[in-house]
Parts: sequence; C-alpha cells; structure tokens
Amino acid sequence: MLSYILRRLLQFIPTMLGAVTVVFFLISLAPGDPARIMLGERAQKEQIEELREELGLDKPLVQRYGIYLLNVVQLDLGKSIFSQRPVVEEMLELFPATIELSLVAITIATIVGIFLGSLAAVKRNSPFDYISMSGALVGVSMPVFWLGLICIMLFSVILDILPTGGRINARYFFLPITNFYVIDSIILFFQEKDWSYLTSSLLHLVLPASVLATVPLAVIARTTRSSMLEVLKQDYVRTVRSLGVPRFRIIRVYALKNAMLTILTVISIQFGLLLSSAILTETIFAWPGIGRWIYTGIAARDYPVVQGGVILIVGIFLIINLVVDVVYALVDPRIRITKKAE
Amino acid sequence: MNTTIREMLFLLWRSKAAFFGLFVILLFYIVGIFAPVFATHDPIEQNIDQRKLPPFSEGYILGTDELGRDLYSRIVYGARVSMLIGVVSVSIALVIGTTIGMISGYLGGAVDTISMRVIDIMLSFPYVLLTIVIVSLLGSSLVNAMIAIGISHIPRYARVCRAAVLSEKEQDYVMAEQSLGAGSFHLMFKSILPNVLAPVMVQATLGFGDAILSAAALSFLGLGAQPPTPEWGLMIASSRDFVTSAWWIVTFPGLATLFAVVGFNVFGDGMRDILDVRLHD
Repeated sequence: MLSYILRRLLQFIPTMLGAVTVVFFLISLAPGDPARIMLGERAQKEQIEELREELGLDKPLVQRYGIYLLNVVQLDLGKSIFSQRPVVEEMLELFPATIELSLVAITIATIVGIFLGSLAAVKRNSPFDYISMSGALVGVSMPVFWLGLICIMLFSVILDILPTGGRINARYFFLPITNFYVIDSIILFFQEKDWSYLTSSLLHLVLPASVLATVPLAVIARTTRSSMLEVLKQDYVRTVRSLGVPRFRIIRVYALKNAMLTILTVISIQFGLLLSSAILTETIFAWPGIGRWIYTGIAARDYPVVQGGVILIVGIFLIINLVVDVVYALVDPRIRITKKAE
Repeated sequence: MNTTIREMLFLLWRSKAAFFGLFVILLFYIVGIFAPVFATHDPIEQNIDQRKLPPFSEGYILGTDELGRDLYSRIVYGARVSMLIGVVSVSIALVIGTTIGMISGYLGGAVDTISMRVIDIMLSFPYVLLTIVIVSLLGSSLVNAMIAIGISHIPRYARVCRAAVLSEKEQDYVMAEQSLGAGSFHLMFKSILPNVLAPVMVQATLGFGDAILSAAALSFLGLGAQPPTPEWGLMIASSRDFVTSAWWIVTFPGLATLFAVVGFNVFGDGMRDILDVRLHD
C-alpha cells in the first residue's frame, strides 16, 4: 500500500517538471521582448539593455531555465511586469475568489448531476430520461461564455433580479479578511448583525457559479446515468431486487455506491477543467480571480503572470489526480493489487 | 472489424439521434460551402444608417449588428469559417496523433514509453489552457488558433489509435503478412491502419464539435479570429456591449454554434454506440 502511494507520488514529480518546462519554453519563445513592452515604444536602447540585464533576459535561455526552475522550487514565480508585485503575492490574493467560485460550481454540478443522472437511469427511456439527457447534450455543446451573456441578459437586464458581475455590491464598504467573500460576510454578520453583506455576496455568486457548473453538470449527469445502468445490470442487484428490497433503497445503497468510483473520477477531472474554463467565466462576470488575471496577463503580455497562473492551474490539476488515485487505492483493494502486478 | 459502409448506414438509420446529427452536419457543410448562395448581403459590408435593426426588419431577416451588417449573412459565412476551423484543426490532430499512436503502439518499447510520457505531459494541462498557451506563443490569429487546437487535440487520437493498434497487431492477418516478409511501414499504414480507423473517426467527429467550441472561445478572448471576420465566437464577443439593447446580436450567433456542435456530438455519440454494440456482439 505504502509503496503504491510512494510510487504514485514519485510519478507526480516528473510530470510536474515536464509541465513547468513546457510552460517556461513556450512562453519564453513567444514573440515580443518583455523589456521593450515594459518601457514602451519610445524607450532608449540603453534603457532596454539595462532592464534586460536586470530581468536576467540577457542570459542564455538554458541558464534562464535553470534559474527559473530553482526559483519555482522556492515558490518564487517572479514579478508581474505591470504591477511590479511578486506573482505569488497577487496569486494568493486572487486565488480565494477562484476557489470560492469553483467550489460552489462543482457542488452544484455534483448534486444536480448525480440526481439527474441516477433518476434518468432508473426511469430509462422515459420522457424524463430523454429531456434530461437532451439537456445534458445541449450543456456540453454550448459556448459557455455565450450562456453567460444570455443569463446576464435574462436575469440581470430583463428580470433585474441578479447582479451582472463582481463579487459584492461595489457600494458596500467591505474590507476582506480571508478573501473568501462568503466567509467574510458571515464574519461581518456576527460582528455587525447585518445580513446585507451575505445576501449580496451570495447573489453575486449565483450566475457565475451556475454558468461555470453547466459543462461539469452535463458530463456528471451523463456518466452517472451510464455507470448506473451498468451497475443495475449486475447479478447482485438482481439478487437484492428478488429479495424484495425497495427500488430506491437499491439505488441509494447498492447501486450508487458502486457506480461512485467512475463518477468520482469524472468529478475530479471536471474540477480541474473547471479551473481553466474559469478564464472565460471570470472574464464575463468581472470576477476578480485567477482566470481573469491570466486573461489580462495574456492581453498585456505580462509573461510572469501567465507562467505563474498556468503553473498554478496545472499543479492543482495534477494534485487532484494524485489525491484521487491514492484515495482509490485506499478504498478499493483491487486497484493496488493490479497496479502491483504491472 | 470490417464494417461496410452499407452496414454502417443501416445502423445509423436505426438510431434516430445519430441520423439527425448527420442531417445537421450535412446542412452545416452545405451552408458553409455555398455561403454566397445562401447569404443575402455582403457579410462585412457596413451600413451605418441600418444599425441594430431588430429581426424581421425589411431585407434583414435576423436584423443587423452594431455596424449595420446583416446578421443572417454573417452567420451563414460563419458556418464557412467554423467548417474551415474544424477541418484544419481536426486534420492536424488526426494525422499527427494517429501517426504517433500507430508507431508507439506498433513498435512498443522505448519509443512507446517516451511518446506516452510526452502525451501525459500534454494531458496534464487542462485542454483550454494548453490551447491558450500555444496561441499566446504563436500570436493571435485564426490560423494560429486552428494550429493550437490541432496540437492540443493530438493526445486523444494518439491514445485511441495506440489502444486499437495494441489489440490489432496480435491478429492473425498481421502475423501472416509479417511471415510473408511485409515491412513495418507496410504493416502499419497499409494493413493495420484501415482496421483501426473506426474508433479514430468517432473521435474525429466529436473533436470537430470541440474544435468549433474552442475556436469560438479563443476568438472570444481575442486570441483567434480578428474583426471583421464573420466568426461565431467573435460575433458573440463583440455583442457583449449590447446585452442591454439588442438581444438578437447576442442570441443568434450562439444558437448557430450550439446547433452545429449538437449535430457533431449527436452523430459522434451515435457512431460510438454503434461501434460499441458491434464490439460487444
């Protein structure tokens, strides 16, 4: 068991290293001299040279790569070209916003997705099945940013019940403590006995989180349905059914538990993908998180920001995969035995 | 796995959803190829005194956009652009991915280990992110967006093809040809390839829809098609400022994208089910 976990951990390192290498070279090879971008068109040649030296851009690429790796290991991702602040510092400030949004989104997607998927499996070929699966198909076939605009148009402009963007009513005097606005507004509620902060931050979450949840919800619903159908075909399900166990108990206790392994894999993959599709959602809803930060970084050619943001997302993506694999090995003895045999 | 085309068509006919998908795809291609026939106006001609006309205005069935361009004609030409995106990026991914999968599955050993490691690293990037990183290296343009989408689609073809090759190369006909002295190249691309194409083609159909969506997303972020190209994602992007005043500019390009992608997804899913059933039989 321990050896499996250790081996899996050791696998993580070369993949992460590979990813960091790819990010470094792709972005360093991109056209455009950062020093020139920082100083503008009218800068003197000497100024540019000086700045290139200061940024270490005059060194050969391989040497820069070595330095970069050493820095990354020490969690130093350089300084943003525009704000001149350390990338890690900005990242830590914006990260809670993205985590808050993605956690709410993946929760919505998981609960609704599993519910729809298992109901569709049980009521196979019923109108409910057709409607929910067509809905799921539309969900994966839609440009998410378009859905965002349509939602803004419907709920913010026409019905005027939800805000168009941001994290909280801009008129509120609000000093973030943890940068998770929902938690902050709960703290404020206890301090000032004022509900308005909490309502506002929750209302601001509704649209972006639902839009971000669309694709994972659809994928989770489809996977749940197909793996439930697979499980419901098994002999043991037939046996419990013949023993007269009620249908919904079969589903909740026997079927869902066994289908869960596949569903969990999909949820974890979707969570990783969600962090990157946040680039689109955050941009539309003016949500000040990592996604929008990367987007503005690309637009402004702020390469340390882009590198840092990408490495962060890839890192989380890989860590989620790692955790899921280890949890599986703990839960399901079959996995560690087959892995050992390989 | 010798599926004849007639057999395929028969199974397709039985699955109503897949047939609907095929219909949508054909419609999309016809509109794209014959765009000048279907369009009623020049898609990039601006008409300042006809700005933001609502749908069903005289001469403009879907209305006009913020620069007085006919929305319907722009959507028709958008089909052509999206078709191009799909064909180019899927071809890039298909050719490179299948070749990698074929060589890696057939040769095995160190070649296999190394190429699968590279594929793993590519897969460690969430797909959208990989495309964005590649485009920001190449520079923003429609062509670069297609290349980037093509590159980031390589892993899925490589994996599907490799898996199919692994089981196919154990078949008797491969052994037979090998004993008759057929070379590796002949075996890989003449004997095995036709027999692993089915799962690869399913992947390509689904990939086509993905490519259209990704290109739209890139254009939306300003990394893909540039104005005044009538590209659906770009049209949605420029409609952002009109959510309060002109719903049609926002709605129609998105509906067109949705419709086309649903077609490819339904058809791809249907094909996969058909192949799955055949494999289980």
